[in-house]
Amino acid sequence: MTGKSAVPRTILLLAPLLLFLGLAYVVPFLGVIRWSVTLPEPGLGQYRAVLTDPLVQSVFIRTLRICLIVTAAALVMAYAIAYVWVRGTPTQRMLAEFCILVPFWISVLTRAFGWLALLSNRGLINTWLQAAGIISEPLALARNEFGVIVGMTHFLIPFAVFPIASAMRSIDERVLLAARGMGASRSRIFWSVFVPLTYGGLIGAALIVFVFALGFFVTPAILGGGRSVMVAELVYLRIFQSPDWGLGAAISVVLVIFIGILLALMRRFIKPAHLVG
Amino acid sequence: MQSSRPGPILLIIATAVALFLLMPLLAVVPVSFTPQRFLSMPNGVLSLRHYQALIDNPAWGQSVLLSLRIGILSSAIATVLATMFGLGIWMFQPRFSALLIGFVLLPLIVPPVVSAMTLYFLMTTLSAFNSFIGYDTWIGVALAHAVMITPFAVVLILVALFQVDRRIDLAARGLGANLTTRAFRIIIPNIKFGIATAALLSFVLSWEEIGVTLFITSVNAITLPRLMWMGLRDNIDPAIAAISVLLIIVTAVILALRIFIERRGASETK
Repeated sequence: MTGKSAVPRTILLLAPLLLFLGLAYVVPFLGVIRWSVTLPEPGLGQYRAVLTDPLVQSVFIRTLRICLIVTAAALVMAYAIAYVWVRGTPTQRMLAEFCILVPFWISVLTRAFGWLALLSNRGLINTWLQAAGIISEPLALARNEFGVIVGMTHFLIPFAVFPIASAMRSIDERVLLAARGMGASRSRIFWSVFVPLTYGGLIGAALIVFVFALGFFVTPAILGGGRSVMVAELVYLRIFQSPDWGLGAAISVVLVIFIGILLALMRRFIKPAHLVG
Repeated sequence: MQSSRPGPILLIIATAVALFLLMPLLAVVPVSFTPQRFLSMPNGVLSLRHYQALIDNPAWGQSVLLSLRIGILSSAIATVLATMFGLGIWMFQPRFSALLIGFVLLPLIVPPVVSAMTLYFLMTTLSAFNSFIGYDTWIGVALAHAVMITPFAVVLILVALFQVDRRIDLAARGLGANLTTRAFRIIIPNIKFGIATAALLSFVLSWEEIGVTLFITSVNAITLPRLMWMGLRDNIDPAIAAISVLLIIVTAVILALRIFIERRGASETK
């Protein structure tokens, strides 16, 4: 639609970012791939290790299990609060928005620390339960898989809310009125009309949460306390604690391939605008 | 409309979720006043010693200044690059728009730990050639942050652009406005609130960034999150609670500012 003279100008506007990311991101990623096949020795040994090493296997399985639980929990919780955010009274909406956006904007470290303050042995919950005489020994709530799941779910709920709320907003009010006019009960309208109309948003949300959870690193490292290591933390440990850059690089490459396949399969459910509050 | 207001069961669940979301933020407050040296609840006695520690230990102040500097530089880089890119996509609608947008969103989609490793490779490579931009330097951190936050800025600016009425631009073109005039006098004024939000979110994301920072810094470029991380790993320092309370307050203020900007933006464009 634009004349030929526009082509160089297009490039002038687009090139800086493309060049920046090309040089600062794509090229170094090629370097990571090279690490994965050259360290400590040339060959595909590290990939064989990723696929066969029992330690790596158990970390992958734990990661998948945690990601699935977190995704399910985050979706259910996000759905409830998104519903109030979209269809509540004006006051309810404002409160819901506040509760969604404030945690979203607060640093992941502060949020993980908040969970430690609640869940650790001398934290709020154990202190109260002991003071009330309900338990004598503190419950193990943090520094284990439970703490990781709670902290990650908390972190990811806002990311699930945005696509779900967007799907809810685009529902045609007349469809719901029609269902009511035909005599459907409130719960029937909700389960048979409303929820099915938001499947697109739910799948998009599930995908975002799952992909983010998979590569998540800070919350598990703090709330897992080194006991329930997930795959991203394993990469970190392989780089900085027991230097095995090749294995860290190979795991990274495998992760990228896995996510690439997942997103390619599900690409029609992804809307980039959903990623920011 | 009335029929689809949330019912009592849903409201109860949503309230529980809201409490779940706010709980960890509230829990930080009592811990920050504990008189003990370790993470604990204040037992009748409140103490400001951990706030005092933030002032007494110069490391905190230095890391705040460093994070501010890095945040401003990386947000500036991200906002400028994302605005240019957004304008290019919107004004010329190039043939492979979707592919190009997908490409620039890569750092957002790729797992953070992989990005961290990639940027670690970049920074150690750069360090071999110079001592200003590279591993454990503040400019290096700012560049790495720019890579990570640019996708967010691109999304916000594209969302703002797609709300602009194309006919305004067509009219300007019809009246003979050249490219620079169209960009600076027509389009940018129409998306200035989108650009401001992008700059703000970019800054906040850089200010909070830890995943990548952890990989590319060691002893010199200690940003605020990096310093917090060091106090969080083994023996938890309650000074983290004090700094967290302050951060929560700052975030609430910034959020209010953003809502204010958006309200004004909405009332001015209508």
